[in-house]
Amino acid sequence: MTGARHLYVHLPFCAHRCGYCDFVTLVGRTGQHGAYVDALLSELELERELLSPDVETVFLGGGTPTFTETAALCRLLRALPSAEEVTVEANPETVTPHLARLLRDCGVTRMSLGVQTFRPHLLAVLERVAQPDTVRRAVYRLRDAGFDNISLDLIYGIPGQSAADLEADLDDALRLAPEHVSCYELEAKPGTRFTHAHGDELARQADAMESYFESVVAHLTAAGYRWYETANFCRLPTPLDARDLRSRHNLAYWRGRDYLGLGIGAVSTIDSRRWRNTPRLGAYVDALARGERPQRELEPLPPAVQRQERVLLGLRLDEPLDLESVAQAVDVPSLERLAGLGLADVIAAADGHRRVRLTERGRMLGGGVTAEILV
Amino acid sequence: MPQDRIRNFSIIAHIDHGKSTLADRILELTHAVSQREMRDQLLDTMELERERGITIKAQAVRVEWKGYQLNLIDTPGHVDFTYEVSRSLQACEGALLVVDAAQGTQAQTLANAYLAVENDLEIVPVVNKIDLSQADPDAAAAELADLIGDSADHVLRISAKTGQGVEDVLDAIVERVPAPAGDADAPARALIFDSSYDQYRGVVAFVRVVDGSFSTREPLRAMAQGTRFEAEELGFFAPTMRSAESLSAGEVGYVITGLKDVSKLRVGDTLTSERRSAGAPLPGYKDVKPMVFAGLFPTDSDDYPELRDALERLKLNDAALFYEPETSQALGFGFRCGFLGLLHMEIVRERLEREFDLDLLVTAPNVAYRVKPPHGEWREVHTPADLPTEVEEVEEPYIKASVIVPKEYVGAVMELNNARRGRFDQLEYLSEDRVHMTHELPLAEIVLDYYDQLKSRTRGYASFDYDVIGFRPGSLVRVDVLVGGEPVDALSLIIHRDFAYERGRALVERLREEIPRQLFDVAIQAAIGSRIIARETVKAKRKDVLAKCYGGDITRKRKLIERQKKGKKRMKQVGMVEVPQEAFLAVLNLNGERK
Repeated sequence: MTGARHLYVHLPFCAHRCGYCDFVTLVGRTGQHGAYVDALLSELELERELLSPDVETVFLGGGTPTFTETAALCRLLRALPSAEEVTVEANPETVTPHLARLLRDCGVTRMSLGVQTFRPHLLAVLERVAQPDTVRRAVYRLRDAGFDNISLDLIYGIPGQSAADLEADLDDALRLAPEHVSCYELEAKPGTRFTHAHGDELARQADAMESYFESVVAHLTAAGYRWYETANFCRLPTPLDARDLRSRHNLAYWRGRDYLGLGIGAVSTIDSRRWRNTPRLGAYVDALARGERPQRELEPLPPAVQRQERVLLGLRLDEPLDLESVAQAVDVPSLERLAGLGLADVIAAADGHRRVRLTERGRMLGGGVTAEILV
Repeated sequence: MPQDRIRNFSIIAHIDHGKSTLADRILELTHAVSQREMRDQLLDTMELERERGITIKAQAVRVEWKGYQLNLIDTPGHVDFTYEVSRSLQACEGALLVVDAAQGTQAQTLANAYLAVENDLEIVPVVNKIDLSQADPDAAAAELADLIGDSADHVLRISAKTGQGVEDVLDAIVERVPAPAGDADAPARALIFDSSYDQYRGVVAFVRVVDGSFSTREPLRAMAQGTRFEAEELGFFAPTMRSAESLSAGEVGYVITGLKDVSKLRVGDTLTSERRSAGAPLPGYKDVKPMVFAGLFPTDSDDYPELRDALERLKLNDAALFYEPETSQALGFGFRCGFLGLLHMEIVRERLEREFDLDLLVTAPNVAYRVKPPHGEWREVHTPADLPTEVEEVEEPYIKASVIVPKEYVGAVMELNNARRGRFDQLEYLSEDRVHMTHELPLAEIVLDYYDQLKSRTRGYASFDYDVIGFRPGSLVRVDVLVGGEPVDALSLIIHRDFAYERGRALVERLREEIPRQLFDVAIQAAIGSRIIARETVKAKRKDVLAKCYGGDITRKRKLIERQKKGKKRMKQVGMVEVPQEAFLAVLNLNGERK
């Protein structure tokens, strides 16, 4: 094996836990940030041989990575392997001119800002700290520090969000000329505080989500963005900027590449095995302080499951999926039926390999189409 | 026991009019069972008895009263089940006709009383529940006396609950019910009036010995079927199983046959001895023809063999049950089953689900039709999809519907029956307030929701019964349902031309609600022949995506897709369309409450 070329690092700390969030997060704990970074670096050392000497992408997700104590964050960034794409997630209110410059100096190439919405009443529903202007200011500060690859995260389906609210959000985002936009439907997990508070409203507006999703795709593609993954868009190359602005790190997931994940709750997939670190901070830090691996949940990935995942993930993309490599996972008659309905294109290439790509309508129905196509 | 000291009787009562309480009281008074044991030994409990490792339900209980042997022959738990009642009645010389002092005669009471009269039984009229505050024993007694053409003085007034008057009932059985009339010296003949199956002992026949006698280990023969076997054990229930050396003329008991093949011994057949055979069998039961049909399909297609075995087992003591394999392109392999009526269908379904633990999908019931294709012969059609598109004539079964209601509901019943293509027959007053009405109706008009409608329009006061009176021509058409352009055989229905459009429209509307949105538009059409009479569209889904999917989410997303696939498996595939099983029941609930 040649080692994983993609590294994920989880920074769980947040100033506040938003009601809808279901990530592994911890509020505050500023005294423990340094110890946690030590643990991350110990884990990196323990797993070093799993990584390729040529790491292509590093992604710091959270939590709110930029809420991490600045000194600890910089120490981490400087100790991580260098890579062509280094992304850090940030909440707008944490982005100071100083931090922006520091991140740039520490080798960060790409920033992913958790905007969610520009409407004040919807920010309140989501319990976000930032105000619309905070978001804009954060983008300007990142630009000033020299960031030329910024992604904005938006959410649609917020309780009380009208179709006009959504369009205004998309317009506001586009005015900031982001290189990349991620746009997700709000997922309200049963049993959460958020669902309890807004469940009725969510149920009431559920039918509208079809047109919301269509509106997102229509808006962003009309503005010159490439809908390259179900929920992700990037600016198309222009004569002035010919870069491929897709998230290389996330593409690695969708193409079924191996990746190493560090930190609490982080998932790794390497060599037909997947594991998930304990989500408990104390247990994680203690184990690594003893020089031991943290407790992990192991999931073997037999070839059949890997093929399923390749289909499941590959069909999310706008690039064709090589059918021959996953042939055993695909029910060809079903695929052909769907192709007949205009939901998928089966492309015969010169090398004799057939490739499959979902049409625009097929991608809107990607979940159902995948369930139909998989054996 | 000398024949003149034997009395065989049944209890006829409408549900809740006190049959089991009276049976319990009789067992108690005759010391057949102590009060403590009572609970477990109710005659009509559906729980199976566990005795000597074999599980057989008592169908007849022998008790002693003042030197007489009384055999109480059970009528099935559902007393309004005319056909089975008639079987039990043939084994008796008398019947207690029990009526609730507060509720009076019900339609089933009438039907069963007529049945008892037809069988030449001596009827002992009993008004029960005289202890209730709302009881009107005089009115109930007068109605009952009028019904059987007896004097009201002859009607016994009891409370099975308190025991008041129950001894008089036992005395009346001895005094009024004739002793069995068979010839004790003639070659042996016994009527099989019910049977059961035990996995270790095989078929157990419940018999009424008419002539001669039978003894243990004797070689026997079932006269109609020619099946030969040895009586492994004879005996009776008192109320637990007691083996006996012999059963003689007039007695009622059981025969353990050891037969493992349930189809070898049919209820209604006559047993005789191989040593000294009788010349002719006893008159068996009237051959009953199933009139109501429905498809029974296992929810899980793997259960098909179990369903087949279960039906065979039920057929053993239910000669009226008819079944043949049916293949539906929508529902897979199953059976088209014929029933005497709705209640019979309900009972069979209930038993299959409860006793055999089967999960079933039962299609909407339809009646039997007689069809004459152009230039062809008359034949019977049991499933709507089999009705040819071109027919010269179609006939459908008609019934005489009998309804008893308080007089203020006469209008409501008339209105309902008129809407159901009914023809008024007659109306008579049973008492000052209660009326007995009869109508002639197509059977098809009552198989879906008639009973519910009747109950709701009469605030639950109506009681209802019916008799099939024969086939009559009708202006009938077949309405087919097409889902995504494919005809769905299981949803076809035969209906009077006047109602076809309305019913077709209602059906497709209902189906539009039941069929979930798919990846493409789905047309749902109703058609007569090639003519579309109604159409609805289930619009395609426009969005079906799992929002976020990054490194940490992949396993969970994969499981979501797996769950989605599993959900699809529970659907039935019609062409490309996934149809939930519930949709096949849509036709059942057309007038029911909408979701």
